Amino acid sequence: MLNRYLWFTGLIILIILAPLFLSNFLVVFLTEMLIMILFAISFNLLFGYTGLLSFGHAAFFSIGSYVTGLILLHIYPSIPLAFLIGVIAATLAACIIGYFCVRLDEIYFAMLTLAFGMMVHTIVWKWDRLTGGADGLVNIPRPPLNFLLFQVDLSSIASYYYFTLILVAISLYILWVIVNSHFGLALKAIRENSDRIQFVGINVRRYRLISFVISGFFCGLAGAIFGPFLKSITPSIAFWTKSAEPVFMSLLGGTKIFLAPAVGSVIFMYLKEIISGYTELWMIYLGAILIGFVLFLPGGIVGFLYEKLKGRRLGGIVG
Amino acid sequence: MTPSTFLSFFLNGLTSAMTFFIIASGLTLIYGVLRILNLAHGSLFMLGAFFTYQLTQWLGNFWYALLFAPLICGVAGILMERIFLRPVYGVPIPFQLLLTFGLMLLIADIVRIFWGVAFRTATEPKVLSGTMNIFGVSYPRYNFFVIVMGVIVGIFIWLFLTKTRFGKMIRASSSDREVASGMGINVPWLYTSVFGIGAYLAGLSGVLAAPLRSIMLEMDVHTIVEAFAIVVIGGLGSIPGALIGSLLLGQLNSFGTLYIPRFEMAFMYVFMAIILLIRPKGLLGEEVS
Repeated sequence: MLNRYLWFTGLIILIILAPLFLSNFLVVFLTEMLIMILFAISFNLLFGYTGLLSFGHAAFFSIGSYVTGLILLHIYPSIPLAFLIGVIAATLAACIIGYFCVRLDEIYFAMLTLAFGMMVHTIVWKWDRLTGGADGLVNIPRPPLNFLLFQVDLSSIASYYYFTLILVAISLYILWVIVNSHFGLALKAIRENSDRIQFVGINVRRYRLISFVISGFFCGLAGAIFGPFLKSITPSIAFWTKSAEPVFMSLLGGTKIFLAPAVGSVIFMYLKEIISGYTELWMIYLGAILIGFVLFLPGGIVGFLYEKLKGRRLGGIVG
Repeated sequence: MTPSTFLSFFLNGLTSAMTFFIIASGLTLIYGVLRILNLAHGSLFMLGAFFTYQLTQWLGNFWYALLFAPLICGVAGILMERIFLRPVYGVPIPFQLLLTFGLMLLIADIVRIFWGVAFRTATEPKVLSGTMNIFGVSYPRYNFFVIVMGVIVGIFIWLFLTKTRFGKMIRASSSDREVASGMGINVPWLYTSVFGIGAYLAGLSGVLAAPLRSIMLEMDVHTIVEAFAIVVIGGLGSIPGALIGSLLLGQLNSFGTLYIPRFEMAFMYVFMAIILLIRPKGLLGEEVS
């Protein structure tokens, strides 16, 4: 037990000190990894905890990203204002899309989220007067954060890394509290047997919708962080392949343990980054690894280790 | 709008509807029998188009491509099923999607190794170049050929499924897998054949579409999501449904460019969402019990 805490503390210290000893390239990479971790874990609230497979979560990521970017570019260069409006927009979209989607189950739910996701993609891609079309938004500014007594400059790579780290850490803490609350327990129960939970008197549809909206909120935040991070965004962040990323990150890590999708994102991003450093043909390796993973390690990497170490089974995945 | 412009737009819609129908019928056939949503189906379409480019380059003849390219795709499909899909029939849907996503990435890079990132074009055969007269509209011969091919393929599928012993076996295991296997149908063998046929159809669609558009990477991810929309609108597993979905989408694409330029695709997804909400099993799928 003590050993585990030591490992965990060590890891946190490493994450905090990372910009001091890592190259700029790696700090940028770590920042993107943190954003994707938030994306994957908030997606997994719906997938792993509620048992609903969404194939359209890029909608919330991209709405958060585009609205934040547009506010920063055209309305007023203030990070808190832009993030607030971006996340509100993503949450509103999640309310509307979720309202319809939670009526369906399983593969039909996945297909409906795919349809909504692709609607958002088409709008982002084709409404070029607003969104810049295929070129997307470019030169998104990264203004300093204004507190009453002092300013925090976000223009350096390290400062944006810390900014991201703090936002992601707070979000993950909130999500962790949510999944461990009574509400989170009800979600897990819905995942295991939604009919029985309906009989107990819990409004399954409403719980699913709340889970959907919370998930959309944090995906929107991940998107909001992403815009000023990359400084330019394109419609590809709304395409269905972007929605597929958190699905596969969660599956890679494991869907039943809170932080497991983070491990999946780290592995996914690492493979993508490392392989593409050696060869342009990274997809062939990533594809082969995904295939090998499904054939030999279903249950996720963390799930696999957990079951081996604890001798306990986590149960199958639904969907 | 004059009747002749209307007719030419209608025919354009019909042409793309037929290529949609051929790929979507393969996808829906595979889903109906194997219960697998194959994300790599668009990749087989892309392979068909690239094979067409290559074979017309080598042999200077589109007809060889029409003959061989779908066959190669069919064989690729059979290998895919035997090697990769057979072990995962029992696993949950998300893992099957992950697996076929992996196959999609793999095929995309294989295409990139052989053909690079440049756009390619394939030319139609000489007999079919130029235009012909349909009710006073001068219309490309090749497009008319595609429409005819779509009708022929549709009739073939219908005859095959309703009149042949093998087709009846497919329909039987599509409606109830366990009973079908209890009646002595060799299910694993049937799965392989159905996947092969589906892959053949995806390849055939790629061949027919090749002279109509530029052949490039990323055809796979765009085609697969359109095919999904068609199959969902018509009803997962229903071939007549795939036909209706394709005809709708074809006309929407064609007239959409006229009335709602740029947003015609958004309308397709709106339509897909409405269908899912009122009839989750699609226009021609069975009612949800």
